[in-house]
Amino acid sequence: MSAPGATGAGRVTEPVTETPLLRVRGLRKSFGPHVVLDDLSLDVEAHRVVVLIGASGSGKSTLLRCVDLLEDVDDGVIELEGQDITDPRLDANAVRARIGMVFQSYNLFPHLRVLDNVTLAPRLVHRTPRAQAEAEALAVLERVGLADKARAFPDELSGGQQQRVAIARALLGRPAVMLLDEVTSALDPELVGEVLDLLVELKSTGLTMVVATHEMGFAREVADEVCFLHAGRVHERGTAEQVLGDPQQERTREFLRRLHA
Amino acid sequence: MTTAPTTAAWQPSEHQRDRDAYRRSRARRSTAVAVVSTVALTAVAVLGLVSSPGWPRVKASFFDADVARASLPAVLDGLWLNIRVMAVSAVLIVVVALALALARTLRGPVFFPLRALATGYVDVFRGLPLILVLLLVGFGLPGLRLQGIPTSAVVLGGLALVLTYSAYVAEVFRAGIESVHPSQVAAARSLGLSRGQAMRHVVLPQAVRRVVPPLLNDLVALSKDSGLISILGAIDAVRAAQIETARYANFTPYVVAGVLFVALTIPLTRFTDALARRSGWLGAQSGLAGAGALR
Repeated sequence: MSAPGATGAGRVTEPVTETPLLRVRGLRKSFGPHVVLDDLSLDVEAHRVVVLIGASGSGKSTLLRCVDLLEDVDDGVIELEGQDITDPRLDANAVRARIGMVFQSYNLFPHLRVLDNVTLAPRLVHRTPRAQAEAEALAVLERVGLADKARAFPDELSGGQQQRVAIARALLGRPAVMLLDEVTSALDPELVGEVLDLLVELKSTGLTMVVATHEMGFAREVADEVCFLHAGRVHERGTAEQVLGDPQQERTREFLRRLHA
Repeated sequence: MTTAPTTAAWQPSEHQRDRDAYRRSRARRSTAVAVVSTVALTAVAVLGLVSSPGWPRVKASFFDADVARASLPAVLDGLWLNIRVMAVSAVLIVVVALALALARTLRGPVFFPLRALATGYVDVFRGLPLILVLLLVGFGLPGLRLQGIPTSAVVLGGLALVLTYSAYVAEVFRAGIESVHPSQVAAARSLGLSRGQAMRHVVLPQAVRRVVPPLLNDLVALSKDSGLISILGAIDAVRAAQIETARYANFTPYVVAGVLFVALTIPLTRFTDALARRSGWLGAQSGLAGAGALR
């Protein structure tokens, strides 16, 4: 497991690593008496897209928030590139800088222009000079098709455009893994496509992603693996064809039935 | 709801116990650091004060225990007047301010005079220094020799406080009313509520909750400014301290009055903080659970 050469510094250029990029073991998280995650385990290999599905309240968002250290876990281990990031001795800010998170409601900063939203973290966290940060930001905005909106304020954009800016913002930190929390749930149906298309394109660049979604069509298209969350655990996992096409567990079948009803 | 079965049998793993132990040791260390730095800072401040060349003189004329004891009853008597003035003024201020804020939200040409009056009132009384209002009201109003105009310094002083503070508080209320999202009014109106009903039952309850902390802040300011009525001749805590200072040729009564005012406002401030922290009270503004406690 602990391969001697592969400790953090060697960013995964070699796809054949023994340790998964993200490794969750025995994760428990409760809010008061409400146990949301209970002994949950999950592996995400580098360059793979893992899609989390499950009823609302099944813990998809909580799992992502725990991985991004936005919640303190009650128990369990979360390892990123072989390092236990739940260790309170670690600098949590440095860990979060290695993880990109995109939220359901975009969470852009309304008082900053698109360009400043995207360059805020590079300038403050990575100490990138403004000119360089803006050049890189424009390149990323180009990639998400919004370079012409760099001077706009978030509320001048459509929901889909705002979410693409949020994705650009997360990308600019060159995250080891991207966490996407129901990123299309707040969007009008005709705007969902542009965001999903962008995610498909990101997958083709080899970005590692963990995606919580209700879009089963999207799950089929991009998922290397689908995990069905139930009762605080990964109840069933497999390829999209297996889990969505031929689920083995009764709970999974019931969930999919209700979704299509 | 798909809740995980409540595992009452859950015991923290070895790993988690180790993490918790580390956090506890950090907490203990933080407490120790806080204690040491507080003691050190206090020691430096006290030493600096006591070792200054004029300290014996200052100690004798500002911190005389006997004078403090002797002047306390008179100053306390004065403070009781401050408290009464403050309590009555506070109630009137809230009523007048709310009326002003509501007058400024009225729409339609009929209400133009009311709107203009409220706006003008706020402009004037926010701009005038409180001490000028006190002097003008205190000496000007009785000078009119109109029937029924009170001549008591306390009543006139209270009136000046109400005039000035209601202008400030009206703006706080207005800010609160405007901070309620227009979608709330839209929702209320879509249910058939009138403009006034929407204001009374939907907007105001949310607005008032939001402005309670700044309102209490104004109340603290009022408790101190109530001392200014002494310039009209009312014997409040400040004036009483002045009299006692003259009697004993010693400044200690001022310190006594100062300590009493602080003792009066600290509970108010703590109450404000506690209220602001109470989750749920601020509605959607209180943010995501746990979002404030990120390490």
